[in-house]
Amino acid sequence: MKFVDEFRDPRLARQLVEQIRNSASQPWVLMDVCGGQTHSLLRNGIEAALEGCVELIHGPGCPVCVTSAEAIDFAQALARRPGVILASFGDMLRVPGSRESLLDVRAQSDDQCGQVQIVYSPLDAVELAQRNPNSQVVFFGVGFETTVPSTALAILQAEKLGLTNFSVLASHVRVLPAMEALMLNPATRVQGFLAAGHVCTITGFEDYTDFVERFQIPVVIAGFEPLDLLEAILEAVKLLETGVASVTNCYARSVRSSGNSHARETVDRVYEVADRSWRGFGIIRSGGYRIRDAYRRFDAEERFDVSASLPIATSDICMGADIMSGRIKPPQCPYFGQQCTTDHPLGAPMVSSEGACAAYMRYQVQQDSAAAP
Amino acid sequence: MTRNDHPNSAAGQAAPTCPTERINSDCILLAHGEGGRLMRQLLRDRISPILGTITSEDAVRIAVDAGELAITTDSFVVSPLFFPGGDIGSLAVYGTVNDLSVAGADPICLTLGLIIEEGLPLQQLDQILISIAAAAQACGVSVVAGDTKVVPRGAADKLFINTTGVGQFRAASRLSCEFLQPDDVLIVSGPIGQHGIAVLAAREKLNLHPEPRSDSAGLHMACAMLHRELGSDLRTMRDATRGGLSAVLHEWSDASCMTMKLDESKIPVNSTTRGVCELLGLDPLYVANEGTFVAAVKPSALNRALQVLRSIPVSAKAQAIGTVVAKLSSPVVIERLLGSLQPVDEPAGAPLPRIC
Repeated sequence: MKFVDEFRDPRLARQLVEQIRNSASQPWVLMDVCGGQTHSLLRNGIEAALEGCVELIHGPGCPVCVTSAEAIDFAQALARRPGVILASFGDMLRVPGSRESLLDVRAQSDDQCGQVQIVYSPLDAVELAQRNPNSQVVFFGVGFETTVPSTALAILQAEKLGLTNFSVLASHVRVLPAMEALMLNPATRVQGFLAAGHVCTITGFEDYTDFVERFQIPVVIAGFEPLDLLEAILEAVKLLETGVASVTNCYARSVRSSGNSHARETVDRVYEVADRSWRGFGIIRSGGYRIRDAYRRFDAEERFDVSASLPIATSDICMGADIMSGRIKPPQCPYFGQQCTTDHPLGAPMVSSEGACAAYMRYQVQQDSAAAP
Repeated sequence: MTRNDHPNSAAGQAAPTCPTERINSDCILLAHGEGGRLMRQLLRDRISPILGTITSEDAVRIAVDAGELAITTDSFVVSPLFFPGGDIGSLAVYGTVNDLSVAGADPICLTLGLIIEEGLPLQQLDQILISIAAAAQACGVSVVAGDTKVVPRGAADKLFINTTGVGQFRAASRLSCEFLQPDDVLIVSGPIGQHGIAVLAAREKLNLHPEPRSDSAGLHMACAMLHRELGSDLRTMRDATRGGLSAVLHEWSDASCMTMKLDESKIPVNSTTRGVCELLGLDPLYVANEGTFVAAVKPSALNRALQVLRSIPVSAKAQAIGTVVAKLSSPVVIERLLGSLQPVDEPAGAPLPRIC
């Protein structure tokens, strides 16, 4: 398949692994920021191929994982209200809030309450609102800078259509402030970043210059295919070996330095940067977005008063925060593969299709592979 | 089955005084399932002309040669009813025929239970019945008994179909996943994942070009030819429906206490399916098929098996995709890009509900 197979060539991949091994005079620790990259690294056996040479730790770039339990509880409370249809990306449905998941809410639904519907795009939620004029449709807007433009577009579309029954529960997050929060932690082991290629496609990478100067750490913008990742890792190793802290774009077929100006303008029209609570991190300054005053009527938090929501339970034993900040790897968690599996997840990183724990469960290299013929 | 369920050519006398007779609806009404005149009309005017007159008795006689009968049952709740490459009607026939065929039986006949939601357009029902008749003819089976129920709006989603298939086990050797041996070769009869993706694209109106098409088809010929050619060198076959290839291989591993080892580069996936899977983050290993089966054969029989399968259109793209190996810690493993061997999860929950 065009634009895919070229980036999955096993022969070139092996050559790149060899080059990385030859370039590294010492073991280096890199963080891949995005959950999609984590899955690709594990699925394609790259992490295992670089063992002892480059350690990859997996960052907080799974939007489902970092969505706070409060936000999920709020979404559930909305879904339980009569006449509300909560529209969400499918990934969010299984993630537990403080007590249960949206899937549980849907399972208990009746004609009026507990209406939860999966959509593939925020614009589908706008259509849903058009088709159901007697219901209030709330889109659960989660995700990084990659999904914010389409949510913004949905709000603009709802405004154009004059819809009064569409709103967004905005729980969008920004990746750079999270990288800053990680670097401000004195215990961090990260020596270089593989930045999230899709986020940079929207945002560009001009903002990374300050980050690199401030923390003196190389940032390489990486794609998601095996060769994209291997090239980015090679570049990061070269920068580390020469002691150069700079921003390098290894995903030039998608990313330009100024990003996608149209998408940025759309976001800017509808959203403003705000502090946001991240699951496992707490409040991150400027770590998310909120809907601007001019569009506040599309803000579900304004439209609905759900002050009577459930108290937040504190018995979350999931070690997702340690995993997403790179302090431990999923198999080091005492619950991993024991009490916590993809069938019975204790926390979001095991639920989400982009979660690091789910990736390790799915792609963990067979220990007994040598025994296989 | 009751007498009311079946058309009787002698029962078609006009009775213009009955009020229900005057209802000239273009969609299914509750009365169509209530055993009265409207129901008889439905059977007489729509179902029988298309499917042929079904028995007017409560049960049907089937003459069989000596040997063993194979019986299977299945229900079909796919949404939407029509999708590129098929519809719920042909799916019901092929699904039933395929279950018999991979089990080692030649299909003979099937029963057809229709549970219809009030309001289903009659034109859609006709279309589905025509599709059932065509699929049955293609597979050389007849619909020998049937039942029709109508439920109020909301109690079902347009149309559900239940079938029971009857077949006769072939004289060739018995097939079972318990017969799997180390080094047996795993073969897939064609590109995987097409049905699930076609239904998903149709249901969610993804408007993709080219449009993904279901592989829904009868596997009776391919299975019978392979079975007769290979005899006991064919260990087992299974159609890879819900849960896809992964689900079948997990079942085989369970039954045989061996590991199924796949080579990712060998598994056929057409470019449309691959494209959609890439876009939506799905793995074709878990996506349903409705005209694709997996077979395990003795290593020495591999070439013969591929030759037979590739000689007919339904399995022209058959491919060896892996081997059976002694039990590893994972029941199913796959060799990925850099040669690392990774476990293949058992499908948990349904990524795509109601695909068949």
